[in-house]
Amino acid sequence: MTAEDGETDVAPVQVRGTVLTVRRVDSYYAITVVAPPIAERFRPGQFIAVAVGGPHTAMLLRRAFSIYDVRPDHGGTVEFVFAALGGGTQWLARRRARDTLDITGPLGRPFPIPRDPVTCLLIGGGYGSSPLFSLADRLRARGCQVDFLLGAASADRVFGALTARRSGRTAMITTDDGSLGARGIVTDVLSQVIHDARTDVIYACGPMPMLREVTSDAGKYDIPVFASVEESMACGIGVCMSCVLPVRGTDGITRMVRSCVDGPVFRADQVRWDDVGTIPFDALGAPGWKARAGPEPLEAGSAG
Amino acid sequence: MPVDLRTKLGHIELPNPILTASGCAASGRELAQFFDVSKIGAVVTKSVMLAPRAGRPTPRMVETDSGMLNSIGLQGPGIDAFLQRDLPWLLSRGARAVVSIAGGSIDEYAELAGRLSEAPGITAIEVNISCPNVEDRGKVFACDPDAAAAVMVAVRGRARYDIPVFAKLSPDVTDIVTVARACVAAGADGLAMINTLLGMAIDPDTMRPVLAGITGGLSGPAIRPVAVRCIWQVREALPDIPIIGMGGVRTGRDALEFILAGADMVSVGTAIFNDPSACPRILRELEEQLATRAVGRLRDIVGLAHEPAGALLLRAYRKL
Repeated sequence: MTAEDGETDVAPVQVRGTVLTVRRVDSYYAITVVAPPIAERFRPGQFIAVAVGGPHTAMLLRRAFSIYDVRPDHGGTVEFVFAALGGGTQWLARRRARDTLDITGPLGRPFPIPRDPVTCLLIGGGYGSSPLFSLADRLRARGCQVDFLLGAASADRVFGALTARRSGRTAMITTDDGSLGARGIVTDVLSQVIHDARTDVIYACGPMPMLREVTSDAGKYDIPVFASVEESMACGIGVCMSCVLPVRGTDGITRMVRSCVDGPVFRADQVRWDDVGTIPFDALGAPGWKARAGPEPLEAGSAG
Repeated sequence: MPVDLRTKLGHIELPNPILTASGCAASGRELAQFFDVSKIGAVVTKSVMLAPRAGRPTPRMVETDSGMLNSIGLQGPGIDAFLQRDLPWLLSRGARAVVSIAGGSIDEYAELAGRLSEAPGITAIEVNISCPNVEDRGKVFACDPDAAAAVMVAVRGRARYDIPVFAKLSPDVTDIVTVARACVAAGADGLAMINTLLGMAIDPDTMRPVLAGITGGLSGPAIRPVAVRCIWQVREALPDIPIIGMGGVRTGRDALEFILAGADMVSVGTAIFNDPSACPRILRELEEQLATRAVGRLRDIVGLAHEPAGALLLRAYRKL
């Protein structure tokens, strides 16, 4: 990555945090929870994994959410945004102030921050925009110009339109039904936005198809894209191997890497978007795969 | 009163009976961010194969009621990278390493056992025999007593004499005791049970199987009673063989249930995904459970549920 700061890995922690507020934001919910060690370690792009349902719950897997914001009050708070679509997130939506949540974080690799004051375009799909606002603050602190491009199905599903308009130099919004901003999807207007804003680098977070399209469009202009992927996760800490996707390394070899610890932010040109959900035939360890050179005299003993 | 939690993994003594379950702790490095991996009985590593392996396509995992299905497909770095990178790290942390091996053929298992025996420091080998045998139309070793035995003979033959070898049994068999006996007769020093149960989920919205691999292994509290039954049956049939019990353990009380059924050690698997510090927490809870019941030594109560109620009463009476 073109990263800053040496990107020192700071170990995540597991905390039991007290809920401060649960609020509705259009069709989403936002929970603020007191979690000083997470707030202290947080860098934009990182996420948390929240246990749901209480100690004897039938819902065993943590839910992963981007960190939307951290604040210094109460020693350090963390806010995250979610859509209450399934049993786990509906349980979260029913939390009230003073309830506690078991949270691990901050998890994953953050967005790399450029060394120089460049012009950044931040693209979010749905509530995928939630990690972009703390990123914008960080970028501006570096002297970067920040433009926003947010898209969603309808007006009530665009997260943070107001904040984007307030904090971005420009903010373009698209909705599928035209209820806010331009009718269409973000890639319909991407070329125009890149051209108008003279974008140097793109940060994107949202559904996989959006990330794929953004990457391919930005590629035409040779603009680097850092994409935060939404893969379904079970553990969030790198032990379960559920959230893998094919990523081509700097050595040219494609590996199935974990989006929770090797991501969620990737250099988008290294992700093989068209092969997400598959094991590419040339991926390291794919069926029939053989080492090209080096100390790998063993035959590929592939079982099943 | 401190409880004596020591237990025996074959001829090797462990300070306590709580282990990670294979495939739920990678090689320990990630969990070490949350607790000291040298403080639990042992870290059982994710099954390693000879060659690097990419695993199955995604989705690989789906949550079910009190359980989850996984179809990871044994993604892993292969034995070379494991010996070079993962194992030395684990040993440098002072952890006891039980290495799980998986193969597509009997030769692959044997080769792995040989490679591991050259490496210093491993505590035991757990043989994941729930793999399809590529030389026998993909029939799973663990489902056939003869095939399971053939793997154990090969592994025991190649593993260094002082490394205990455990066979990990599948519950997806008509009679787990038959397979258990076959493995022990073939030289297994102990048994680990249970592996996941084969399951499947279909999404009514997409009307398609949820997992890319179609079927997957069911784990979590949903399978705990199956695990207790298997441990009970095998302990009944083989009173002296060391057993690592696993399958849906979430609390110290669950671990105690497994020990009463006959497990000398208890592995924690899916619970780790929910709570990365599940192992030390369950260890602490188990100690409390034993202390509450005035049990001074763990090994006094292994398999205790097999004793008739009268014997339990007599034991309590003698304590008074």
